[in-house]
Amino acid sequence: MTAHGANPLRDAADRRLPRIAGPSGLVIFGVTGDLSRKKLMPAVYDLANRGLLPPGFSLVGFARREWEHEDFAQVVHDAVKEHARTPFREEVWQQLVQGMRFVQGTFDDDEAFERLRGTIEELDKAQGTGGNFAFYLSVPPKSFPVVIQQLKKHGLADQSGGSWRRAVIEKPFGHDLASAEELNRIVHEVFGSDQVFRIDHYLGKETVQNILALRFANQMFEPIWNRSFVDHVQITMAEDIGIGGRAGYYDGIGAARDVIQNHLLQLMALTAMEEPASFGADALAAEKTKVLGAVRLPRDLGQDTVRGQYAAGWQGGEKAVGYLQEEGIDPKSKTDTYAAIKLGIDNRRWAGVPFYLRTGKRLGRRVTEIAVVFQRAPHSPFDTTATEELGSNAIVIRVQPDEGVTVRFGSKVPGTSMEIRDVSMDFAYGESFTESSPEAYERLILDVLLGDANLFPRTEEVELSWKILDPIERYWDAHGTPAQYASGTWGPAEADQMLERDGRSWRRP
Amino acid sequence: MKIDLTDTTASKINKALVQGRRAIGTPAVGLVLTLVIVTDEENAYDALKAAGEAAHEHPSRTLVVVKRVSRSLRDRTTSRLDAEVRLGVEAGTGETVVLRLYGEVADHAQSVVLPLLLPDAPVVVWWPVNAPLDPARDPLGALAQRRVTDTYAAEEPVRELTARAASYTPGDTDLSWTRITPWRSMLAAALDQVACEVQAVEVEGEESNPSCELLAMWLADRLDVPVRRSSSGGPGLTAVRMSTDCGPVTLDRADGRLATLTIEGQPERAVALKRRDTAELIAEELRRLDPDDTYASALRFGVERLHAGEADAAWAAAKAAGKAAGDASADASAEPSAGPSTEKEAAAK
Repeated sequence: MTAHGANPLRDAADRRLPRIAGPSGLVIFGVTGDLSRKKLMPAVYDLANRGLLPPGFSLVGFARREWEHEDFAQVVHDAVKEHARTPFREEVWQQLVQGMRFVQGTFDDDEAFERLRGTIEELDKAQGTGGNFAFYLSVPPKSFPVVIQQLKKHGLADQSGGSWRRAVIEKPFGHDLASAEELNRIVHEVFGSDQVFRIDHYLGKETVQNILALRFANQMFEPIWNRSFVDHVQITMAEDIGIGGRAGYYDGIGAARDVIQNHLLQLMALTAMEEPASFGADALAAEKTKVLGAVRLPRDLGQDTVRGQYAAGWQGGEKAVGYLQEEGIDPKSKTDTYAAIKLGIDNRRWAGVPFYLRTGKRLGRRVTEIAVVFQRAPHSPFDTTATEELGSNAIVIRVQPDEGVTVRFGSKVPGTSMEIRDVSMDFAYGESFTESSPEAYERLILDVLLGDANLFPRTEEVELSWKILDPIERYWDAHGTPAQYASGTWGPAEADQMLERDGRSWRRP
Repeated sequence: MKIDLTDTTASKINKALVQGRRAIGTPAVGLVLTLVIVTDEENAYDALKAAGEAAHEHPSRTLVVVKRVSRSLRDRTTSRLDAEVRLGVEAGTGETVVLRLYGEVADHAQSVVLPLLLPDAPVVVWWPVNAPLDPARDPLGALAQRRVTDTYAAEEPVRELTARAASYTPGDTDLSWTRITPWRSMLAAALDQVACEVQAVEVEGEESNPSCELLAMWLADRLDVPVRRSSSGGPGLTAVRMSTDCGPVTLDRADGRLATLTIEGQPERAVALKRRDTAELIAEELRRLDPDDTYASALRFGVERLHAGEADAAWAAAKAAGKAAGDASADASAEPSAGPSTEKEAAAK
């Protein structure tokens, strides 16, 4: 976007014109993987179909497979037909296929990286990509350093003459603070901090972006969004599936590292942060960093954290094996498939308000939500029998599935006597807007190409998150074993007891 | 489900909507707007189908106002309102009411529509055909924040554009304008890629396609250079050729599907630029409900000015100058630039 400011056809008031990425290309390492076929390729196509990719946009695949360009194009074609959100259109495909290339090689193969450089230079000439390339590292964590080093060695990370080179990396961002710092060091040695995009696909979801809209674009929520009115906050991410084929990756990592460290702490930061000065990347990161820095761990980690492992049971009408019986898992494994922790935030807004974070596999159903539970009314003119069935008011942000917002409050039951009971008021995204809202990856890939970093966690955020989780993991390593819970339930009894001690209970999501 | 009401009133229709909603078990409504489609029996089906598809993105209450033709004096003096209420599966994601107006009530459609509007939610009126000359003053148009017309469906599209410009009120928009968003976006992207000054533009397309005029006027308005409108066999727009101080930039679409972008000194590129169907246009139209100032500004540039002979001459001069030398372009662009700015000020007042 060299002449962006000077382009007379661009006008801020002209809001029909979409944000189109400038001339650029995307290189995917590990292009034969599941993520690439199910999410990345379809997202690229959907972007093209919506007219958001620049003419000449190029897609380069890098993998060990012995493919020709045509084979690669065929794989992308099939992946797009099967997984893309928008209908397949031949002319869009014609536009995309011109810029598709495949480079065969392994990550330690110098020649392959030379070929990759040659391909990029060729694309600059044939497609006019202008030297702007993003490298998407859809590779196992252990290959990270090799690929990054190779990119450096072969001059692929060099930005020259106003062009950019960006690195896109997926979680896990390390497995503890030390490894995260090491990873950051390796990446930043080659790419500048503003050229590294860490994908947390939750942040690309419409509902997550809506947290900020809900809080800061409205007048009716923010005044009660503090310790004077909020009793506690529950953030849940539940999956109904087991570890599936991810045994090799999952064992030794566990639910807390896999989910709490990134997704849940990000959701917590967005829920709890102060209003940013602007919606720009720096202002957002500043507020998120501030609130993550203010997180206080419970004094007694044994009491206020719980981990569990799913045992055999029935999940949604299907028989499920326990974690320790899964193929490829050490029967003595202490890896957590369920984790619940209680955190505090030491600032004026949240002092004394607990944030309960929980995640797990093989739970009741697949759901992610943020529930802000309010205190009870300080005084009730109704007698106790009238309000017996009245719970606490709550605002629930349903992140997935069935995206939307629920408000729970008491209402009179029709009849001659005064009886008050909880009712839900629902705002459903699927209903109020767009069945066809874009996939998280579409938004995130477009943002990478545009260089828009506000939906990507930064180095400091990642490191702060590990600082929160590391002491808990250390405590777990040294003390006891994970509690067992039957598959298809809402986690171990210990987790319920943890809230009971505080006089609260988990919501059934 | 579908409820048929004959010889009815707005309050009975409202009652049927509530009843129907209860019956299908979704008492809560998450509808974001009311879309009023004003049409004749002939076009009602297509319009409703397009609105139904657009409703996937914008769940709405759709009110179709069908004014029936009265053929006898007796028909004209008696009036009757029939309604067809569709909910649930029948109406996709929203609610649909088809209103058929017979006799006198056809002239007072707003009295039927007003009680059926969703509370608070924005109102959009769309005339697929036969739009009134002054949409904002039309009794139905006056209820809406957004008034969507389609000059392409008019008898004399290009003359209609002049009328639209004369009666423009913030909130007016036209599907001929919506149709060219992909073109505008691609042309803007093309200029993102070069640091050149545009000296003259040629917009080529079907003879009586107002989208070509609108695109030409937008370019003339934004770039302040002579723009020539030339004709081709279509379909729709076929090419935009910009001569710049560093060579031609051309976007060429011969088949209505796949275009070629040619920039001097850069490789040729294929660009998907398919002509979109009405559902997509309506979906885009409903995405933003604030006044479209860019449209207003392009519309006010004026078809006459675009078609005037001087523009052609100036265009030829500018093009020649562009070819000959960079410095000559200053003279050629200076003359027409005086016009647009003064006129724009006048229009703003």
